[in-house]
Amino acid sequence: MAEPLIACNDLTHVYLRGTPMESRALEGITLRVSRGEMVAVIGPTGSGKSTLIQHFNGLLRPTSGTVLVEGEDLWAPRTDRRKARRRIGLLFQFPEYQLFEETVRRDVSYGPKNLGLAEPEIEERVEEALAQVGLDPVRFGSRSPFTLSGGEMRRVAMAGVLAMRPSVLVLDEPTAGLDPRGREDLLQTVLSLHGEGMTVVLVTHNMDEAARLATRIIVLEAGRVEMEGTPAEVFADEEALDRIGLGVPQAARLVGMLRRGGIPVGDALSITEARRAIAAALRGWRDGTH
Amino acid sequence: MELTRFITIGQYLPRSSPVHRLDPRTKIVSATGLLVGLFFVPSFQGFALFAAGVLGTLVLAQVPLGYALRGLRPIAVLLLLTVVLNTFFAAGEPTPELFRLGPLVATQGGLRTAAFVGLRLILLVAVTSLLTFTTSPVELTDGLEWLLRPFRRIGVPAHELAMMMTIALRFIPTLLEETEKIMKAQMARGAEFGSGNIVQRARAFVPVLVPLMVSAFRRSEELALAMEARCYHGGEGRTRMKALRARAADLLASMVVAAFAFLVIRVR
Repeated sequence: MAEPLIACNDLTHVYLRGTPMESRALEGITLRVSRGEMVAVIGPTGSGKSTLIQHFNGLLRPTSGTVLVEGEDLWAPRTDRRKARRRIGLLFQFPEYQLFEETVRRDVSYGPKNLGLAEPEIEERVEEALAQVGLDPVRFGSRSPFTLSGGEMRRVAMAGVLAMRPSVLVLDEPTAGLDPRGREDLLQTVLSLHGEGMTVVLVTHNMDEAARLATRIIVLEAGRVEMEGTPAEVFADEEALDRIGLGVPQAARLVGMLRRGGIPVGDALSITEARRAIAAALRGWRDGTH
Repeated sequence: MELTRFITIGQYLPRSSPVHRLDPRTKIVSATGLLVGLFFVPSFQGFALFAAGVLGTLVLAQVPLGYALRGLRPIAVLLLLTVVLNTFFAAGEPTPELFRLGPLVATQGGLRTAAFVGLRLILLVAVTSLLTFTTSPVELTDGLEWLLRPFRRIGVPAHELAMMMTIALRFIPTLLEETEKIMKAQMARGAEFGSGNIVQRARAFVPVLVPLMVSAFRRSEELALAMEARCYHGGEGRTRMKALRARAADLLASMVVAAFAFLVIRVR
């Protein structure tokens, strides 16, 4: 088994340590992210999701415990943390507010420029990154980012991170505040990136998104890993997720209710699966095998 | 990367101590009186008494001493400089020599002045912090607005000033948080702050300042809209949800502070 891209061992983070406002944000987190995965991190507001992902690229220093990126301890004395920032592309919540340049092209080139790359290479990366997020470089490249729609601005910001050519893309609630169309476009972009081999960590509040996209789900609650597993495993425990205040995908909710009503329906996470499961149950009913 | 951690001076500490419950006007007037009085303390005994009074009030206000001390950190350099300079150059009348450091002569008089100035500086910060630790920004500006009211006649816009202060204070933590967030976002794109020469450092902040400005303007527009939506039209005829009310405790506290101030400027 190859080395995990990101590994956290017994990671604890305390904010404002030594002041009266001290608060423990993370408590003994141990987790792995391996190449090619799409990991969803879900949890209620204040459960430590954003704090956790800022440890992945060394923006926050663990109060105790270690964070390893491709096997390298980020806070060992001789580690170059800038290298980790290049490998782990972190896109913050509402990233459109980080845009600052006069044109889309120049904003996307900010990252590669910081890497000290040569002009032709920067050009190439900008074109590629814009194409990856579904923005035509010819149409959008010379426009001011401040004249774009919210969804477009967000994709420009994402291109800005992709232009660093990271090996992991970490997204903090990428669809928050987007209209249904913008949301769908963005999810398609994430799915196609993952399809091309990108490892993705997705922080989300939306259970349907997590069920649809993730290969594995990590549930955070009050700074601890509460549950972990495939979407099917995690969403099987509707009761626990309700108690945390997260709930389950709509389809899982529906089959759960049918089951409680005495109809033996199989598990389902998406509408398609639910339709199939219910049809199968009805067939069983009609044939009298029930 | 926790900007708020380093700025404790002027931070409100929510507690329910007797000091917190005092009327903000009492606290503002008392603190001002004490700050003025500090310049008339004539002796070390006076300073000792003053310091004891401040410590006692900190304890009464349930402010951890370590936290209060941290407020001194930003002025540490200033403090050191003042004390050193005074030791060597503030002799006043000829006084006995203590020691020499090359061409510099430390005198007894100089050392005494240095100690006075140093103590004064520390206590100035302590009294001011005591006020801001125990009084929320909103209370503080409410109190100031009331105290400035008599000056309206000579054209001081008391309400507008107070409102501007309230808004400014309210947004300091927000802007700090925002700065931190934008800096982190740009660091995630390979930005580096605090390396290179001065020009490079200044340029590195452009990607932070532009988004920060954009968001500050957006916020202020939203705030103006929200205030107008609630029929804000200035201070004329505006009533308050929390009216300022002086109680017996305020009278008592004022008297204690006045007596204390009188005492410290008299002790020899």
